[in-house]
Amino acid sequence: MISRRDFLSAGTALAGLLAASGTGLAQAVGGQSLTQADLLKFGKSGTFTLLHVTDIHAQLVPLYFREPSTNLGVGDARGVPPHLTDVAFLNYFGLKPGTRDAYSLTSEDFTQLARTYGRMGGVDRIAALVKAIRAERGADKVLLLDGGDGLQGSWSSLKTQGEDMVKVFTALGLDAMVGHWEFTYGADRVTEIKEKAPFAFLAQNVRSTEWQEPVFDAAKTFEKGGAKIAVIGQAFPRTPIANPRWMIPDWEFGIREEEMQKQVDAARAGGADAVVVLSHNGFDVDRKMASRVSGIDVILTAHTHDAMPRVVEVGKTLLVATGSHGKFLSRLDLDVKDRKVTGYRFQLIPVFSDVIAPDPDMAKLVADIRAPYAKDLARELGRADSLLYRRGNFNGTFDDMICDAIMKERDAEIALSPGFRWGGTLLPGDPITFDAVANATAITYPACYRTTMTGKQLKEVLEDVADNIFHPDPYFQGGGDMVRVGGVGYAIDVSQGAGQRISDLTLLKTGKPLEADKTYTVAGWASIAQNVEGPPVWELVERYVTDAKTVKIAPNASVKVTGA
Amino acid sequence: MPLHLDATLVPTRRRALKLAGLATLAAVLAPRMALATEAQVADEIKKLFSGKAMGEGKIKLDLPEIAENGLVVPINLDVESPMTEADFVKSVHVFADGNPLPQVLTYRFTPESGKASASARMRLAQTQNVIAVAEMSNGQLYSAKAQVKVTIGGCGG
Repeated sequence: MISRRDFLSAGTALAGLLAASGTGLAQAVGGQSLTQADLLKFGKSGTFTLLHVTDIHAQLVPLYFREPSTNLGVGDARGVPPHLTDVAFLNYFGLKPGTRDAYSLTSEDFTQLARTYGRMGGVDRIAALVKAIRAERGADKVLLLDGGDGLQGSWSSLKTQGEDMVKVFTALGLDAMVGHWEFTYGADRVTEIKEKAPFAFLAQNVRSTEWQEPVFDAAKTFEKGGAKIAVIGQAFPRTPIANPRWMIPDWEFGIREEEMQKQVDAARAGGADAVVVLSHNGFDVDRKMASRVSGIDVILTAHTHDAMPRVVEVGKTLLVATGSHGKFLSRLDLDVKDRKVTGYRFQLIPVFSDVIAPDPDMAKLVADIRAPYAKDLARELGRADSLLYRRGNFNGTFDDMICDAIMKERDAEIALSPGFRWGGTLLPGDPITFDAVANATAITYPACYRTTMTGKQLKEVLEDVADNIFHPDPYFQGGGDMVRVGGVGYAIDVSQGAGQRISDLTLLKTGKPLEADKTYTVAGWASIAQNVEGPPVWELVERYVTDAKTVKIAPNASVKVTGA
Repeated sequence: MPLHLDATLVPTRRRALKLAGLATLAAVLAPRMALATEAQVADEIKKLFSGKAMGEGKIKLDLPEIAENGLVVPINLDVESPMTEADFVKSVHVFADGNPLPQVLTYRFTPESGKASASARMRLAQTQNVIAVAEMSNGQLYSAKAQVKVTIGGCGG
């Protein structure tokens, strides 16, 4: 661990930055000390180095992000990584509780460890690591790839339609990216990014509806360390289902496994020494795809926000899981001999913000990007009196707060909040700033609707979403975690089939079962329908938190899970 | 019998041009079936083909696992055959076992078609199986089945 003195000696500008972002300097704990050099330690370097970031969700500055304590796998994914949490995760990977690894990779003792080890991520820290690795290896041996969901998820990204992160990626010297939430800026904007950005926007699996023609370049070949590397892009295949299709009305997605095989074969025929798929499929879909498409050396996975300290091997294919929110940078060095990948070394590099000296150029860019919104971002609405986090299959306390806000502000009996995986974590005592609220809500379809639903309709909604998470075949899954429900409890048996998982719907206020034919008032946000009416959800949350002053969320016991 | 879910043939323009030389497209709606359950449709299909055994393989049925737009779900099919006078695919029948009108369409081919492949779009109101049955010139039958999930979606990720 870098000492406070070392940090201060790095200059007053830096000290000022740290003070401004509220970052406390963590101390060495239990004899564990760590430096930037330690983070960058790597075994024997390969013919070339792949660097992977993904699902940054436009988080420019360091943040807390608690990994899920519930992340259930079904079918072949049951009980295997990444569907392990906390102690099971630590045991599987041979890690110890209370350590930096436990802090960055699990939710164990999160609040305490967060106070000890500090915030993670920050694009200025990532830039520092990338620069150091490029300096070590030579820029001609390093390929930097983004797995998508980089351009969305913050107030500045919403306000600039992702331009803030385009600037960041340009400054980082990104080579290529893929997309998912990027598509929620609409087809025109994505086309503009594709055409103007200095990096490639790749997607083999997007076609124009009318002509069935590719909308994006499927692949791009790079030469690094004397090796030819084909990078094939795979956009989130369920984008038009999980997000508003009307924003991209002329594009069709899908997994398109057969087309992927053709791309791999074409890359090999074109002389590629290594074939890398830059994917936003989600880990389980990638695991299945790796078992069915031959000739892929590496799949850089994304979407499901999993972070794993080792690669998962499926046949001859290596699967890398880099986490989310800029918490990690993956480094994978590949040895190429006789036009084949013959070996690899991997390091999931945790971006401990207190250990890494920010890259000054990127720090300035971040400050410039955020300056026009500084007043809004800094606005303190209230205080967290308990840990506020989002990730988890069924609920998160941040979402509980959003549901409470929706029910109160829209005078509804039931609230529905989407199971997004992104959005930071606040520790007890932290200010709830508008920045933090936007980090969990900044989408292009934020309207909070108010409607009525029968008990039967609500059950159908829950069954439908549950099947998108717990269908035993990952190719039939899509979207995020389970929709969050405020005001209602239910039981779910994840081992059952479609339409059979949900039972015991209970209106929490009365403790009575939800009646199938009775009508209830329901409010929610992020509807994928067009022309939805209602105020943006962040306005409701702002009002709610401002009124409440402090927000304390009790552990949520309203979802009973079986069959896991 | 509700007719709102009958065959909707929307071949993409270019595909349609390509198809013109390959297959005679015909949305044949008779004999009609108006059935509810998967099992009943399976029974009806059996009856329609006089209970003859159906082989597997030969038919490549390409459908999305999850429909992006239930109103126009793309279907691409391709039946392996030399397509000679002695051995060709006569017809391919497509059924959707969750639609009120399960018999969605029939393609008829001749050796001149050169290839027994076709594409179309169909409307699927709910999650269901799509079943293709190919009738060969020697009378042999082959079938293939794929599930298409129709979801209300949302929840981003």
